[in-house]
Order: sequence, then C-alpha cells, then structure tokens
Amino acid sequence: MSTLTEDVAPLPDASSVVATARVRAEHNGRTTTLPLLSGDGPFHLQRLRPRGGLARVDVIGAMSGPLGGDRLALHAEVGPSACLRITSAASTIALRGPTDDNATYDLRLTVGDDATLHWLPQPLISTAGSSLRQTCAVGLSPTARLVLRDEQILGRTRETSGDLTTRLTVLRGDRPLLDQHTSYGGPHPAWDGPAVMGSHRACGQLLVVDPSLGRAALPPVLLGDPDGPARGVLVPLAGPALLATAVADTATRLRRLLDEALDRALTAKGTLPFGPG
Amino acid sequence: MSRTALLVLAGGRFPAGDHAHSGGVEAAVAARAVHDSATLYAFCRGRLHTAGLTAAALAAAAAAGHDPLVLDEAADARTPAPALRATARKLGRQLLRAARAAWPCEALERLARDLPGGAHQPVVLGVAAHAAGLTASDAAHVAAFGHVAGPATAAVRLLGLDPFDATAVLARLCDDVDAVAHQAADAAGRVAGEGAGVLPAASSPLLDITAEQHAAWPMRLFAS
Repeated sequence: MSTLTEDVAPLPDASSVVATARVRAEHNGRTTTLPLLSGDGPFHLQRLRPRGGLARVDVIGAMSGPLGGDRLALHAEVGPSACLRITSAASTIALRGPTDDNATYDLRLTVGDDATLHWLPQPLISTAGSSLRQTCAVGLSPTARLVLRDEQILGRTRETSGDLTTRLTVLRGDRPLLDQHTSYGGPHPAWDGPAVMGSHRACGQLLVVDPSLGRAALPPVLLGDPDGPARGVLVPLAGPALLATAVADTATRLRRLLDEALDRALTAKGTLPFGPG
Repeated sequence: MSRTALLVLAGGRFPAGDHAHSGGVEAAVAARAVHDSATLYAFCRGRLHTAGLTAAALAAAAAAGHDPLVLDEAADARTPAPALRATARKLGRQLLRAARAAWPCEALERLARDLPGGAHQPVVLGVAAHAAGLTASDAAHVAAFGHVAGPATAAVRLLGLDPFDATAVLARLCDDVDAVAHQAADAAGRVAGEGAGVLPAASSPLLDITAEQHAAWPMRLFAS
C-alpha cells in the first residue's frame, strides 16, 4: 500500500543531497545490539550509552538542511524484543535551496514483535521560502510498543512559514491506526485560518502505542489553557494508543504540553515515566 | 439514474440530523476566532480542504463500491479525536435510517448489520449515493459541500449573521468545493490499485483540539 500522496519528485539537481541513513536494532537474548548504524549525507548517527534497558542513538545533523531539492531518508528497524531510543541533537531546519524543487524527508520506522521504539527528535523548523515534503511511515507488529514525537515550528522568530507538508501513517499489523496529513504555509488554502492553525506557529503530536492500553485507557484530557496561546488534547485512538495534539505560540510552550501529555500517557499505561528528549 | 436524487440527498431538508451539528464553528465562535463573514469564510475554507477533503474521498470510495468496513477503519485512523469519531458514527446512523427509507437496497441493509454501532457518516453517504444511482464524484460533492454548509448555517444562529451573507460565503466557496470533490474522486479512483491508504488524510490540529474542548462544555447549542 502506498502512503505517499505527493507527486513523484523529478530527479534532483546535481547540487542536491541524496542520502539514506539506516539503523537496525536486534535483541541477542540478553540485550539490544545495533548491528547496523549507517550515517549518510547530513546524518551522523552516534551511539549513546544504553539507559533504562534501551539502546540509544542520537542523530546529529552534520550539515544544514534539508535544502530544496534534497532527498533525505532515515530508516530504523527494531527487531523482535529489541528496545531502541532515537533522539536528535538539534532541530531539523528546512531551508530554501539552490533550486525551487521541494526537499523530501522520508522516515521509515519498523518495530517488530515485543519490540519498543522511542522516536523523540527535536522539532522541524520550516523557514521562509523553504519547501519540504516530510513523510513518516511507521509499521508496527501487533505486540510492538512506540513513543513518537513530531513537532513543527512554522517560521523562525518573526518569519513567515515555508511550505511544509507532513504525512504520518501508522500501521499496526496491516491495519491503519493513525493517518494524518498536514499542509502549512503560503500555497495551502486557509492554513492560518481559524479551522487549521489560526495564529499558532508551533504544532506537535505525541503518539504512544502499547498493546496493553485498553480501549478507553484514559478519557480525553485537555492540556494547557483552552483560551491561552498553548493548548492541546490527549485522546485515545480507536486502537490501543493515545495521541496528544497541541498548538502553541512557541516551541518551548509546545514541548511543555507534549511533556505533560507523555507523563499522563505513561501513568495511564502504568509505566514509570522516563525523562523526555 | 436521476439527477434529482442528488438534490434529494444533498438538500437541507433531507432528514439526516446534521442541523444539530455546527462542524466546529460553535467552538470557534466562542473563542472569537469566527466573528463575521470574512472569518467564517476562512473557517469554512480551512475545514473544506482538511476534514472536508478526507470525508469527500471516503464518500467517493464508498460510492465506487469499495468495502465499507475497510473504509470505516480508514476513517477511524483519520479521526483521532474521539468526540469526532462519536459524532461521525451518530450522523452515520441517522443518515443510514433516512437512506434505507429513501433508497432501500441490500448494500444499505448489510451496512446496518455489519456496523450496528453506526458507520462513519462519509462511508454511509457513499453507499447511499450509490444506492440512489449517483456517482463517486456526486458523493464527493455532497460530502465536501456538507463540510461548509453545516458551519455556515450554524453561524447564522450563533452570530446572528445575516443569512444572505452566510449564503454569499457558500457561493464564494463553490470553486473550492468543486476542486476538493474532484481531488477526492480522483483519489477514490486509485483505491482499487493502491488500497485505501491512498485516500487523503488531510487533518487540522485546531479542529481536533477544539472538538474535545467543545465536548467538555456543560452547556452548548450544537452537539458538535
């Protein structure tokens, strides 16, 4: 099944970067190992000391970007019973490139039986004049666990947003758990109107999938002040998962709401909270 | 097939119960984000290109004869807010009751049997459109138009907006509705080859957030 609704991109300009970074985690019967850790292009992958039973990898951006025309991808595969946490050292900053082409950034995250993935990168910042198509396709086995955070900042301080679309598709087994496509910035109709983003310039989601979550593990929780500059909700999905969606005026306020959502979600599933980021 | 069936299905007098729902505009009015016809236009246009596109594509795919159970699951995945899932199923049950009376057929009976708690409204709309002899594009138009007509009508009651002004907002959105319906029908045409994952999943953070905030109000004029 295709999850890409974007037009097929033309071949990139010679000055563009085409790069795919890959991570594979496996469980050797005792602990999680990382038999594949392959950085590419702007992605430098650094192994961190394991903590809380999780192998840890930090993605370090070794150059600026993505720039228009770049074709970037990161594939992470967590084998049966392995536990992996991926973070990033800095924000991803979408910039205008040497061409008017879109940049693409495609994440493919696969989590096997009884395996756990925490995907907790820093935000994506869409700067004025940039154009980025991001996709994140997550494939979970029915017994897999996931914590995924996704934040978008629409323009730096006092800057208009670039053109940013993101598609997040989460399959559990072969069945869809969550499918969302957002479009922000100039060409997208009424994206800054009262039905989409209003005056907010930061938005984000936190997804927690755990087969032990019952159908109504948690009633909907309102986050932040409903009339304030930062607000969100933490809700149960139709499957065994909780999703927080939040909007804010700044990245800091957004993160605060998503951290609160994470604490509440982990309390709901009876796991001791672990530190964010 | 009768073109008039389209007018029956899309008409404001079709007893599908949607007059009790504001499409999120009640919460937007309370937050003063919608307060006149210009802000109503921006609200309707944003809703049309997000939730409206997603619903129109589901309706078109159902009208094209794709499995309603698969589409209902796709609708769940595209509707993270439980308040909106509950609303969609409630509206689906009401629409199904009216459609079974208007165009009785096995497909509508089967839908009632397979999903006794109600199917998502756009899925029912597509199956009903097919039962009425309408096309996938027709179903997409009805769904897309419904996503702007609902809030525009509700705004008249909520804001005391002049009904002529609300109708002018709808008239200005006609080309947008056509474009969204076309895009939706186009995507539905690719389901046979690529699966239901090809359907648009356009979403809006504010509609999802305010739907849950609105559902928690102790008193409200509209159900959603």
